[in-house]
Amino acid sequence: MHQVIHTFFSPHDFRAAFPNVWAGFQVNLKLMVVAEALVLVFALAVAIVRGLPGRGARPLRALMIVYTDFFRGTPLILVAFVVGFGMPALNIGLLSKRSNFTYGVIALVLVYTAYVTEVYRAGIESVHPSQRMAARSLGLSYAQSMRHVVVPQAVRRVIPPLLNDFIGLQKDTALVSVIGVAEAALQSQAYSQTYANFTSYTVAAVLFVLLTIPLARFTDHLILQRERRERAAAT
Amino acid sequence: MSFVSLENVSKCFGALRVLEHVSLDVDEHGVVCLIGASGSGKSTLLRCINLLEKVDEGSIVVDGQQITNGAVDVNALRRKIGIVFQAYNLFPHMTVLDNVTLAPRKVRGATPRQAREKAFELLDRIGLREKADEFPDRLSGGQQQRVAIARALAMEPKLMLLDEITSALDPQLVSEVLNLVSQLAESGMTMIIATHEMSFAREVADKVCFLDAGVICEEGPPGQIFTAPREPRTREFLSRIIEAGRL
Repeated sequence: MHQVIHTFFSPHDFRAAFPNVWAGFQVNLKLMVVAEALVLVFALAVAIVRGLPGRGARPLRALMIVYTDFFRGTPLILVAFVVGFGMPALNIGLLSKRSNFTYGVIALVLVYTAYVTEVYRAGIESVHPSQRMAARSLGLSYAQSMRHVVVPQAVRRVIPPLLNDFIGLQKDTALVSVIGVAEAALQSQAYSQTYANFTSYTVAAVLFVLLTIPLARFTDHLILQRERRERAAAT
Repeated sequence: MSFVSLENVSKCFGALRVLEHVSLDVDEHGVVCLIGASGSGKSTLLRCINLLEKVDEGSIVVDGQQITNGAVDVNALRRKIGIVFQAYNLFPHMTVLDNVTLAPRKVRGATPRQAREKAFELLDRIGLREKADEFPDRLSGGQQQRVAIARALAMEPKLMLLDEITSALDPQLVSEVLNLVSQLAESGMTMIIATHEMSFAREVADKVCFLDAGVICEEGPPGQIFTAPREPRTREFLSRIIEAGRL
């Protein structure tokens, strides 16, 4: 028992490891914010393209389906390896001279955009066709109906599942340590290898959990709020 | 010269023939009521006129323009045709005011100020000015439907299509909506109205068409249709309506 506490929960090591792990965690936060912002925009674009009507848009739709199928099926760690080590090896000026941080963001965005696209798509499809019909019969074009009527309603509905995916993304920022991004997991590992003590991982875990809990509670709150509103509207 | 003219219009959904060789003329400032059982093709007929549905055969002319040849600008056509649905279909994420001003701003290019002024004028007319900043789910069904009418009128349409607009309403809310439609008729709006409200149709229509299984079975002035129907099927339909106490 004493051994467990010493190895994983040593107060001394907690204090000693904290500064580096905390510095690493700030990299996780940056990864998270940058990746989430990009994912929100790209995923909406992919979802809209996937829903485009007409035969002319068929190749575009197919392209988006291939993209989402591929990146939803590929483990993030593989994507991180390919992006983080493959792109520099390509020796293409624009792609190959980036920081590990940038490669980490690219890997996260590639994978999570594919997930979040599906969330948006479910939201767009959940808007009743009569809304689109009402918009079109007022003379709004397809694009205007999407922009002013369908997408705003869809986005409101998918905020809770979006936040859920973002909790996943927060945690997965630790995975890009495999390409040498000096984030919290990598800093923890460095400490544990130097001092033969694993408390540094506990530090990182505590930081991740502390970040997740408010987001999880906020998501619950939103879901509850909407249920209440819907119940009120139904009466 | 009629404002809307359907000639031999047919429409199928798969194997189901919804409209069969329908011909109909609506005069400018005229009010035509379509009556008939659910599924007789009333809604589809209306939806063909603003191209929410494509006709399979026949032609439709609106305001002197042939709209069924595929060359028409759909959005431009819909600008002059307002439609109101049974389920209101207001935009739930927008206030009443935004519902009414959206299309004028985005489609007709009205400035926000112009659109607001026009919207308040319409909200005054439907008696709901004080609800301008409410969201639709705070309004009764009758109020929502009146807003839906105002939303359509904000585009200053030349023709209004009303698709069973009181069918989803509680009985005590029906009259507030029908009164508004009567006012519209008096102001000279050209309208085609699908309805189950027979006494309303009798009062407001210049011409009543009875649809049965996608065919206009009988048409004539309301006085004749409701008191001296010629077709047996019309008589049967009306006698059932009378039995149900709806006329």
